[in-house]
Amino acid sequence: MTSITTGLACPVHEGSRNEWITLAHGEGGRLMRRLIQERIMPPVENEFLRPAGDAAVLPPIKGRLAMSTDSFVVSPLFFPGGDIGSLAVYGTVNDLAVAGAVPRWISLAFILEEGLDLDTLEHVLASVSAAAKRVGVAVVTGDTKVVPRGAADKLFINTTGIGEMVDPAPPGPSALQVGDELLVSGPIGCHGMAVLGAREGFALDSPLRSDSAPLNAAVAALMQHNVQLRAMRDATRGGIGAVLHEWSESSGHTLAIDEQRLPVLPEVRGACELLGLDPVHVANEGTMLLALPHEAVKLALAILRAVPETQGAVQIGRVLARGVANVVVSRGVGREVPLDEPLGAPLPRIC
Amino acid sequence: MKYLDEYRRTEHCEKLLDKIRGTATRPWTLMEVCGGQTHGLLRYGIDSALEDVVRLIHGPGCPVCVTPIEAIDAAIALSRRPNVTITSFGDMLRVPGSGDSLLQARASGGNIQIVYSPLDAVQFAAQHAEREVVFFAVGFETTTPTTALAVQKAAELGLTNFSLLVAHVRVQPAMEMLAESDDSAIDGFLAAGHVCTVAGFESYHEFARKYRLPVVVTGFEPVDLLNGILECVTLLERGEAKVVNCYGRSAVAAGNRQALAIVNDVYEVCDQPWRGLGVVPKGGLRLRAKWSAFDAESDHKFGRIYARPLSGRPPAIAPTRPPQEVLFPCDRDSCNPAETAGLSCDPAETAGQNRLSADSPLPASACRSGEVLTGRIRPTECEHFGNRCTPESPLGAPMVSAEGACAAYFRYAPRRAK
Repeated sequence: MTSITTGLACPVHEGSRNEWITLAHGEGGRLMRRLIQERIMPPVENEFLRPAGDAAVLPPIKGRLAMSTDSFVVSPLFFPGGDIGSLAVYGTVNDLAVAGAVPRWISLAFILEEGLDLDTLEHVLASVSAAAKRVGVAVVTGDTKVVPRGAADKLFINTTGIGEMVDPAPPGPSALQVGDELLVSGPIGCHGMAVLGAREGFALDSPLRSDSAPLNAAVAALMQHNVQLRAMRDATRGGIGAVLHEWSESSGHTLAIDEQRLPVLPEVRGACELLGLDPVHVANEGTMLLALPHEAVKLALAILRAVPETQGAVQIGRVLARGVANVVVSRGVGREVPLDEPLGAPLPRIC
Repeated sequence: MKYLDEYRRTEHCEKLLDKIRGTATRPWTLMEVCGGQTHGLLRYGIDSALEDVVRLIHGPGCPVCVTPIEAIDAAIALSRRPNVTITSFGDMLRVPGSGDSLLQARASGGNIQIVYSPLDAVQFAAQHAEREVVFFAVGFETTTPTTALAVQKAAELGLTNFSLLVAHVRVQPAMEMLAESDDSAIDGFLAAGHVCTVAGFESYHEFARKYRLPVVVTGFEPVDLLNGILECVTLLERGEAKVVNCYGRSAVAAGNRQALAIVNDVYEVCDQPWRGLGVVPKGGLRLRAKWSAFDAESDHKFGRIYARPLSGRPPAIAPTRPPQEVLFPCDRDSCNPAETAGLSCDPAETAGQNRLSADSPLPASACRSGEVLTGRIRPTECEHFGNRCTPESPLGAPMVSAEGACAAYFRYAPRRAK
């Protein structure tokens, strides 16, 4: 007989009380009410979050509203540099921020897999709470569902956020003009490689860390100084490559980047080279791409570099008149070649 | 980063480009063997920088491109059996078989997992005693040591639920086949640096002498590639057919002896069908009889899952056809003497039998991968490139693989040389 020596499916934190999520926690009875009231609500408590209400009633705000939703299914739940809880807050906050909005309120919906360790849920909630405090948003409504074992991977989160638009908001990628410059707010590819490394258990000398972080402070600082912005996007799935292709399509211009200017941490670069991946196509969770007129670059870089989350900001390329390819990249040999748009997630090469 | 930045430096590249331009007195035709090198040349724009100086044609060194359709179909069929898990490298998953790819098969219920190392598949087998775990072992000499090691490791652990579906290929027999073909235009080879790192390059001396072709062991970074091209052009200008190592930081003449000993313990040489090329004599590896317990095709595992054609010469490759009208007298992708016995591959004999209009759906057999993999045509010379054959709906493997020549052109030079 083979003895089972592998780890348990759910991480059991030190001091675990061995309490598990059961289907009954989602069936509307006393167990569900206690779970929500005793475990889920206290860490994110605020004046708008009412245990008895079906909807949060929010005060009026002056400006236009921005709204964004995102679902989070990352595996593993905890990875170097972050976890699903903070990611669920920052992800939605960043979507609002790059649209030119100040994030105000978010919802928090859990889909829990039967058998999830309650300690794990509490760790995630503590992280949600800390992240919400850091960015100044309130969790104002939520939902909890439990699905049978195997129907979800431990824990999924959906967050929807509402923000208040600050005018003048960036007009968006269709406003890109020939001669505009492209900036990236920090090192690229960290999140995707950190999650891949944690999931596959790569034994690398330098640990990979996710860049999971909020971008609202950086955006607020830019807008406060009236920096003229054309477009901003947080470069999540598909990396900065996906954003460049989308912007090229929206604007009808060719976007050119210089590979030697791209900020890539040595450990990320090393892992990418090993696996045959291009950091340009690897996901980020706290890094954005910005397009702005040439004359605004100096001020924008100075402002971004003064904010902790974007101190690695650099200029990486520019907007050209429409050429043969949507996006071109200049590499070592000094010639511009098209930057491809992968079909799906890049798969590691064979040799 | 050490070993990377110094091999990508623009000023270094420019100097080498100038030297190549100053050395070549005629447009020599060089073939780089490895798909990784093809992508390097296109990715860095080296081929366009040297247009009119040297002619770079691309060889058959894309491991998943030459994996037989029948092997992919067999892997898919196994993945649908209860209690069987197929494991393989990510790059193998997008390549279509006769119908689906492994990725499509996974979406429709096949049990298929990507692993980063064959040893991960062994570990998976150890943790899932109830499942029969099959590693789909593809690749050149670069991957054979790790799959051989996986077999040894599985034996050491006493596993009875782990096996290999072997479709390994060897580079040099394919180079010999190309050098011997009547229409070969190749003046010199850039040998695959990583293959030489494992297998060494002593055997190339005889090859260079026999075919009177210089062979330059070449790496993958732009400076490596340019150095290899410069060395090959220099040898050609001097009329010297010898072997030179331009990848000294990784490859040595004798190769990696430890790796070769493991490979030799586990595998033996066999004739092997290559997708698009036909059977390459001594072009593959199979498990030695003593390891049959780990052979997915042995009687006590799954038996003969797919029929391998008997050894024989590769099919004649038809001349370039006009773009408007497509003739496909035989299954170009898998055409081989055993399967097509009695059927003619001569387009003249079958003209009019299989005529397709320009917009009817194309079968995979319309793929001209055989001509692409032997350097007879550039991907962009194929009438289907970029219109009816794209990464979204590929006709053949070179359009989807990370090392495929068609994929390289589609990514980096989509509008070149139409």
